[in-house]
Amino acid sequence: MIELRHVTKIYPNATKGLNDINLTIQEGEFVAIVGLSGAGKSTLLRSINRLHDISEGEIIINGHSITKAKGQKLRLIRRNIGMIFQSFNLVKRSSVIRNVLAGRVGYHSTLRTLTGRFPKLDIELAFEALSRVNIAEKAYSRADELSGGQQQRVAIARVLAQEAKIILADEPVASLDPLTTKQVMDDLKKINLELGITTIVNLHFIDLARTYATRIIGLRAGEVVFDGPVSEATDERFAEIYGRPLGQDELLDEAVV
Amino acid sequence: MSLHIKMETNVHNQSARPKPPGRIKHYLTAVLILALIWGSSRQTDASFAELFTGMPNMMDLLKQMFPPRWSYFDNIVHGMLETIRMALIGTTIGTIVAIPVTLLCASNLAPSRWLYHLSRLLLNLVRTIPDLLLAAIFVSVFGLGPVPGILALTVFTVGLISKLTYELLETIDRGPIEALTAAGGNYIQRIVYGVVPQIQANFMSFVLYTFEINVRAAAVLGLVGAGGIGLYYEATLGFLEYDKTCVIILFTLAVVLLIDYAGTKLREKLL
Amino acid sequence: MNQVMITKPRKSPYRWLVYIALLAVYIWAFSGIPFTGIKETAGTVIQSIARGLFAPDWDYVYLPEGEDLLRGLLDTLAISVLGTVISALVSIPFAFWAATNINRFRPVSGTGKVTLSFVRTFPELVMALLFIKAVGPGSFAGVLALGLHSVGMLGKLYAEEIENIDRGPSEALLAAGANRLQLLWFAVLPQVLPGFLSISLLRFEINIRSATILGFIGAGGIGTPLIFALNTRHWDRVGIILLGIVIMITIIDLISGAVRKKLV
Repeated sequence: MIELRHVTKIYPNATKGLNDINLTIQEGEFVAIVGLSGAGKSTLLRSINRLHDISEGEIIINGHSITKAKGQKLRLIRRNIGMIFQSFNLVKRSSVIRNVLAGRVGYHSTLRTLTGRFPKLDIELAFEALSRVNIAEKAYSRADELSGGQQQRVAIARVLAQEAKIILADEPVASLDPLTTKQVMDDLKKINLELGITTIVNLHFIDLARTYATRIIGLRAGEVVFDGPVSEATDERFAEIYGRPLGQDELLDEAVV
Repeated sequence: MSLHIKMETNVHNQSARPKPPGRIKHYLTAVLILALIWGSSRQTDASFAELFTGMPNMMDLLKQMFPPRWSYFDNIVHGMLETIRMALIGTTIGTIVAIPVTLLCASNLAPSRWLYHLSRLLLNLVRTIPDLLLAAIFVSVFGLGPVPGILALTVFTVGLISKLTYELLETIDRGPIEALTAAGGNYIQRIVYGVVPQIQANFMSFVLYTFEINVRAAAVLGLVGAGGIGLYYEATLGFLEYDKTCVIILFTLAVVLLIDYAGTKLREKLL
Repeated sequence: MNQVMITKPRKSPYRWLVYIALLAVYIWAFSGIPFTGIKETAGTVIQSIARGLFAPDWDYVYLPEGEDLLRGLLDTLAISVLGTVISALVSIPFAFWAATNINRFRPVSGTGKVTLSFVRTFPELVMALLFIKAVGPGSFAGVLALGLHSVGMLGKLYAEEIENIDRGPSEALLAAGANRLQLLWFAVLPQVLPGFLSISLLRFEINIRSATILGFIGAGGIGTPLIFALNTRHWDRVGIILLGIVIMITIIDLISGAVRKKLV
């Protein structure tokens, strides 16, 4: 369970990134966060695993406050939260398997990881994760030899190998074409259903959010302006969120045609 | 239908675990590098024990260098000015000589194929010889003094500026040259109006950069008798006057850093 | 007539001042150099050198009792290999110290950069003179001088390599709960190592040139017999040594250039 209590983020230049956000996300939910760019989607997501520090309020992950955690305790909380990025964030020169194993570092002592000898169990886990996203045959290829969609699947495998209980995905399909977008979103959904991993995804396309999510949160100017099940997220409500009627930019299918 | 799916999963499982790539190549590279290091340390009698036992000697030396004998400053100002003069003249003459050499060495501008290959070869050979070695040879030809130093710097400048410039020339836009050819321009006119405007800022930056390098080089040319402040190293070290050596080192550092700083600022403005 | 006057953009009035200043600098420079002190024998010496270059002392290439060209060149090669290896390793911590994306606190990376440019400015020959005082004359002093002096350039270029890395992988590792060292090992090092190797090879090409002259001041290598032959006017021997140096450096440049191409 993820709880956000009165979360406010003020940037050094005094702009408000997030304004008094209160949310509770239950285990196993598939949440899509939508909103215009600059609405605070990314800031919100990165506050949850504290890649960004918040100015006020508190975020509690499964009963532990990540806001107050430091050092080893912070790393242990982060170990349970996997993150997927728009630009994949793989080490391009390293092999796929090494990138996936990098997700395991939180489980081992520094010394052990520095020698580069991961336990057999970890390697099993890494291959299992790669098979789950159908990319095991590329295990020893260099990451930069893969296509964008394949690289994003490696990133998902990294999160799976991390054995995360929560997945945060920050615009995971923004740099992919419509076909690979579907594959990656299918993978995320499958993992959410089969492994019961809580998944929070920032999405630009509203139709994608409606197809995959069980709950949609709408952000505008750092505030929650919509929070409810997909059935309530009608075009009219979105027009309210966006402050204007929905255009082609927000709909993937229309954009393809 | 179901059989088909089953077969596919079978194939999938087989290819699911690719064999890890062989590591023999990595091991061989590692062995080769280690052998190279081991052989080199044998050849040079490298012994870090010796370095440690020698440390007190060096500490002693450093202690003798401080405090620097500032009064010696007056004796070496002349040498420092000579160093700068040498660098300036060497860079200037070298730059002038480098211009035609560059044109011969640029594959897209060279007037003839075999002249291009010949000048490339000669330039590459000249560039293998370090400036101090050139200076030592010129000293034995022309005698002690700044002239052999200037010659060495000139040759070095030709090598460096020509290389930097022909690499730049080979990337220029051919359009203006074609336009001038179409308008009936001859070789010189094509160069002056079609090429020079494209490269002059970069070229000036190369010249400044070479001048910075030449000041550093000129500061040590004196060690082989080719003029400049380097002459004073031997004079002071020979008489074990390390506090004077220290003044030379500090003065050189200050001048070089100052010229580097000015050069970098000017180059930033140019580009 | 309705004539439109198009004025030519005026050039800076200070332009002339710059020209005059430049002219003054050149007059100052040339007037200070004694061009008269050239030996009258220069002509004959050049002839002797030319003759020596075209009729080198081939016997010097290999002498059974030692102190020949091949051993001198091998010594030079060994000095530059070891000097480069030492500086390649020593430079790594310096580079992390000087990289602005590792040390966000400007004064820390700033002092690192200043230290490196200080080391870079310190001439390797002067370093060799100091090391000779510590470990005695010979190749090892040369190794130490190259090893220390090269840190200036390598550290700077390594630091630039580190500053150019993609921040993404570090962010991903941080999100996965990695600590600082693990971040370095899994996100930073794999990105920078090929660059480090390529830069070190470039430095190796520079170091082998420097190593040929270290012998002038007694720090080992082919420079020792060369300066001896120059001083005793053994022009045929000077010829063969120069030939040896040019061939060795050309071969090294070719090999090193090919490897660097493969790395990037």
